[in-house]
Amino acid sequence: MIAPKDLIPVGSSGQGSQETFVLNLGPQHPAAHGVLRVLLTMDGEWIQHAEPIIGYIHRMHEKMGENRSWAKFLPNTSRIDYLSAMHYTHAFVGAVERAAKIEVPVRAEYARVITSELNRISSHMVWWGALLLDLGGFTPILYAFDDREKILDLLEGLCGARLTYCYYRFGGLYNDVDDAFLKGTRDFVKHMQPRLKMYRDLVTDNIILRKRLEKIGPISAEMCRRYGATGPVIRGSGVAYDVRRAEPYSVYPKLDFKIPVYHECDSMARYLVRMDEMEQSLRIIEQALDLIPEGPFIGKVPRVLKLPVGDTCYAVEAARGRFMVRIVSDGKEIPYRVKLRAPSFSNLSLYEEASKGMILPDALAMMGSLDLVIPDIDR
Amino acid sequence: MTPNLEQLTADFAALVARVSRPVNPTDTNTGQETRATTEPAPVAKIAPAVPPPPASPVQTVDPLLKGFNFDATVASAQVIEAAQILDRAGFAIDAVTGVDWIALNEMEVVYDFFHPTVSLRAVVRTRVPRAQPEVPTISSVFPGANWHERETHDFFGIRFLGHPNMKPFLLPEDADFHPLRKDYQP
Repeated sequence: MIAPKDLIPVGSSGQGSQETFVLNLGPQHPAAHGVLRVLLTMDGEWIQHAEPIIGYIHRMHEKMGENRSWAKFLPNTSRIDYLSAMHYTHAFVGAVERAAKIEVPVRAEYARVITSELNRISSHMVWWGALLLDLGGFTPILYAFDDREKILDLLEGLCGARLTYCYYRFGGLYNDVDDAFLKGTRDFVKHMQPRLKMYRDLVTDNIILRKRLEKIGPISAEMCRRYGATGPVIRGSGVAYDVRRAEPYSVYPKLDFKIPVYHECDSMARYLVRMDEMEQSLRIIEQALDLIPEGPFIGKVPRVLKLPVGDTCYAVEAARGRFMVRIVSDGKEIPYRVKLRAPSFSNLSLYEEASKGMILPDALAMMGSLDLVIPDIDR
Repeated sequence: MTPNLEQLTADFAALVARVSRPVNPTDTNTGQETRATTEPAPVAKIAPAVPPPPASPVQTVDPLLKGFNFDATVASAQVIEAAQILDRAGFAIDAVTGVDWIALNEMEVVYDFFHPTVSLRAVVRTRVPRAQPEVPTISSVFPGANWHERETHDFFGIRFLGHPNMKPFLLPEDADFHPLRKDYQP
């Protein structure tokens, strides 16, 4: 039960000054992208204090990790951030492979890069459509979901799932990438490049969008650092932090790609980072398709997997930023502890500070530019 | 300030050296003797294999094997100073979490940091007794730790002293249990 006194957010005097009122946003609100609740203390149209309240979709994945074997926890990781399941499963298999010293065949690594980058594009398309929907533009989401459907079809052909992929296995993949997928992906890259130009003409250069995003919601690089914000948020603040470069994993060091960085620190900068990232992902996919060798798709993995005692970390660049898995093993078949470090969690934690003094519609535009996935925050 | 591992190691070695023995008798971090004397908790049916204590409280490790470059174990009273060293070196907060070492009757608090411009990852650990799991908050140094510490309090019941807003976070508001404690019975 919520007592009335709990509705007074921390930071407000609690005296109920005649100028302010409390506005409850969510947990069921279209602009909150899921079950996120924000308790707003408003001074007229202006936000005096915003306190995000989370936990409405908390599933305790970390506890589930402690009562099943390493392999059985793998499908859980694709359900944390359901929009970038490939990256999340990659982090978990990567952590286990690092701890158990499992070799992954090169073909599997390239296939992982291709599917991860496809997933990044499909995730950014959902963000793009949803952000524009927040801002009142209905058409873009239809274009985005039309193109996204092609990615979902490709990935469905590989692993059967359209959203919560569980395609990676310890030591490799669930099955080999077939010719139909490789050809389909090549066709998709050719199809997508002109579409991104069309997106730019249709939306990015639109004066209404510019006025809604430019100079709105400034987040400095220093704020990102103190809160641990990563992904397009920190890259929109002028810091070229990308796990694919900072802690190289898989075959990313062999591929040539740029890290898009914008220095404006505003919502538009974060928007442009993601738009450029889609282009770079297409570049990565093209190169990986050229480089993928023939060979096995899974390495030698012991039937009963027991990891050595100790802890191991593995981080990946997910669509929303740095996703890290910290596994602690006590030498048994089941994990002793699985810590999941979710990027949306840290990205939202700066909202309280960043939204001070903004008007509500701008604060919602900024929230859209953070690209939150609530199940990722709540885990 | 651009950090390097030598400077970081020196700073942490100086920090750790200032407490030659644990701040309070039960507050152990590396001592093998102290571990031997702690009684195992009765609920632990199968004792977990506990990682051996680090050879040195401050060490650099191979990131390709572990996923981080720097691993320091400090006394629980020193976590703020440890966070300040990393803050000055330009690190960003990655995560704060716990591990329940029930067989040792201890809780481990793990602080993860990454560097936004240099390829460096640092881990700071501390141990607190299970009976009195208290550690100062580092949210004054890294405001991002605020949420991570609330989550850790929810899951483990570790109290972060001086925390500005230690309210239930991810668990239901009437939750009086800590699900990641190894003796938690649903």
